Amino acid sequence: MTFDYQPAFTSASRKPRTSKRAHREAFVGWLYVLPALLMYAVFVLVPFLLTIIYSFHRWNGVGPMTWVGLKNYITVFQVPDLMGTIFHAFWLVVWFSFIPVGLGLVVASVINHVATGRFGEIARTVLFLPYVIALVAAGIIWGWLFSLSGLVNQFLSIIGLGSITRAWLGDFNWALSAVGIIGIWVLLGFCTVLLSTAISKVDPSLYEAARIDGSNWIREFFEITIPLLKQEIGVCLTVTVIFALATFDIVYVATAGGPGNATSVPGLQIYILAFAQRNIGLASALAVMLMILVVVIIIPIQRLNKETY
Amino acid sequence: MKQNFLRFLAVIVVFGLLLTACKPAATEVPVVPPTEVAPIVPTEPAPVAPTEVAPVPPTEVAVATTPNCGTDPVVLKATFETGFDIPFKLAEEFTKQFPNVTWDISQDQFANLITSTPLVLASDNAPDLLRLPTMVSFAKDGLLMNLDNYAKVFGWDQWPVPQLNQNRIDADGVRGSGTLYAMGLNYSLTGVFYNKKLAAQIGMTDAPKTIAEFESLLAAAKTAGLQPIMMWGSAKSGMGLAFPLQQLMAAYGPVGPINEWIFGKAGATIDTPTNLIAAQHLEQWIKAGYFPTDINAIEYTDAAARFGKGEGVFTFNGDWQNAGYDKDLPGNVGFFLMPPAEAGGGYAAMSAPLTFGIAAKAKHADCAAFFLNWVASNDTARGIDVAIGGSNPGGPAGATMPAVTAGSVTNETLAAGPVMGADGGAMDFIANATSSIFAQGWTPELQKMVGGQQDAAGLLKSVQAEYERELAQ
Repeated sequence: MTFDYQPAFTSASRKPRTSKRAHREAFVGWLYVLPALLMYAVFVLVPFLLTIIYSFHRWNGVGPMTWVGLKNYITVFQVPDLMGTIFHAFWLVVWFSFIPVGLGLVVASVINHVATGRFGEIARTVLFLPYVIALVAAGIIWGWLFSLSGLVNQFLSIIGLGSITRAWLGDFNWALSAVGIIGIWVLLGFCTVLLSTAISKVDPSLYEAARIDGSNWIREFFEITIPLLKQEIGVCLTVTVIFALATFDIVYVATAGGPGNATSVPGLQIYILAFAQRNIGLASALAVMLMILVVVIIIPIQRLNKETY
Repeated sequence: MKQNFLRFLAVIVVFGLLLTACKPAATEVPVVPPTEVAPIVPTEPAPVAPTEVAPVPPTEVAVATTPNCGTDPVVLKATFETGFDIPFKLAEEFTKQFPNVTWDISQDQFANLITSTPLVLASDNAPDLLRLPTMVSFAKDGLLMNLDNYAKVFGWDQWPVPQLNQNRIDADGVRGSGTLYAMGLNYSLTGVFYNKKLAAQIGMTDAPKTIAEFESLLAAAKTAGLQPIMMWGSAKSGMGLAFPLQQLMAAYGPVGPINEWIFGKAGATIDTPTNLIAAQHLEQWIKAGYFPTDINAIEYTDAAARFGKGEGVFTFNGDWQNAGYDKDLPGNVGFFLMPPAEAGGGYAAMSAPLTFGIAAKAKHADCAAFFLNWVASNDTARGIDVAIGGSNPGGPAGATMPAVTAGSVTNETLAAGPVMGADGGAMDFIANATSSIFAQGWTPELQKMVGGQQDAAGLLKSVQAEYERELAQ
């Protein structure tokens, strides 16, 4: 029955004009997809196209809109603070992406090895919680923790490092890294849960075979876990790199870009340009450039990911 | 399939372009030219805070001819600022006195009002009355109602001049004169608050008469191991050092050019020789350790709380914080205006109105204007203004000044108002010069000064460059 049906279906899809049924099916298919497509169009595609259109105009969001060509894009390169924010975003990639993914791999592997069962579930839940906590609340909590009299400095004083205590989020040299630590706290859970789910799908016989051959946990980690988890690692990297480059909320609630412009990132500048300065054109130009930057960085990660399979 | 996808994409693009064409009043908003520019008649140099009893409330003058709320049911649509109780309490009292008026109030944080107000004003459902976070661009876009006629009818243009000036905008978009676009619910005053016990500890018996005297008190506080000044400086609140900086500017130079810079007058600059002296003093204060070492991470609320717990002999702030100080340190907080550079010099302070406007599309503009007039002239309303907000209610010269609890710091700020007013030292805030000069100019540059990455001359140059860049946009 299936054998008979399959060629008929294939031939229908190859010659759509010959089959009204195929047409009807395609139409019904589109109807099913339509609600989602409409939402996607209204909330993603339209704003995306409008952003591109705005980036070629001078507009305050309310008054008349004037065509200025590439002027906004040139301004982005001319204002040093705007370009500086992109370097900050790259530094955050280390904290928001590389460290959570690396640490997530280790934690997931450890949980899988030593903390299976209920304890493992609890550990995963605890690590994942920061990801679901409202970032505004997290920003306030971390503001207290990193303050001069906060828990971080109290701990440093106890272990004899009182001389390095400071208001971490107000220090020019450390504020961006302090924001990065908040990023690790938020993203570690996401990476751990994703990677530990992937590890649990790895055939246990591979680990058993390796153990019979005498390999230890570190060797298993590098020889089995990492190679077999490349796809999930790729997903983690993609999500967290985008998060780092396009970040706004963590920085906004932690430092609002200060001190000076030490923690200012493109997302924050876009917000200030669009909503405080009401310079929608320049904000849109920076947003388009940020998007191009994200795509340029993400494509190699995706390609690398595909090449392994 | 590929063709189908291309067709689909084409539909989306057309859809997007259609939406672009439909966006809210992007290209067709008529710019309403300021029509009648009311002449500013500086009648008498009356202080902003007169204390004598007014014989007749202005609302009783020709009630029949002045705009009012009528007798039919009216729902006033309003947008207020979250965290400030004054307009809510005033609205409540207004309904008590005029039961036909009820309210449809929405509220939001100040930072959100900056972003949402233009859209709210441009919508067909614009509020009658709204808290204005900024003014110039809204007025330029024709989104705010010209209040000149109301000013004539209600006699606002006869009030002491400084009250209305900050809400006037001329044809070039320069504030300070021209068409009236907003009114103040009250008029805040800034200066130096001090912890009376700690001040006595360092030998302060009277308010300092000169900057030199003030600086010697700061040095004494430092020597005594006290925190001389408590201030905030996190970018999340905006850099509080703009307060002492502007006070120093007004002590070493005239107030006029500072206001001209804030109001956006052509050719105005903040980079002047006297402002440089002011910035150098601030830099010395920073280097001398008069401010908390973690100032760049302190938020406004933290600074107020720490001062309330006795950390800091002095703090620069405004009278909106009076209620908080009286609650935290009852009877123990004093206030003085920043002294002049030389003994006998004039006193100056930032004194800004709590600005409320009427939308150009307001459905009950007359009633909203009547409310604004009522706030300044009704004794109960003025009482609410002072009791809740701690600021001067303004209004006509000779209006009744409500009684204040004895020993409250509000007594001292209200008494200081006329002193500053008599010297003509009222200034708007340098952070209000453009919509993001605080976030993009003062805050980062002053934070750099705290971090030793910026000096006095560089501070003024950088802020001036940012100011010119923003005005050129």
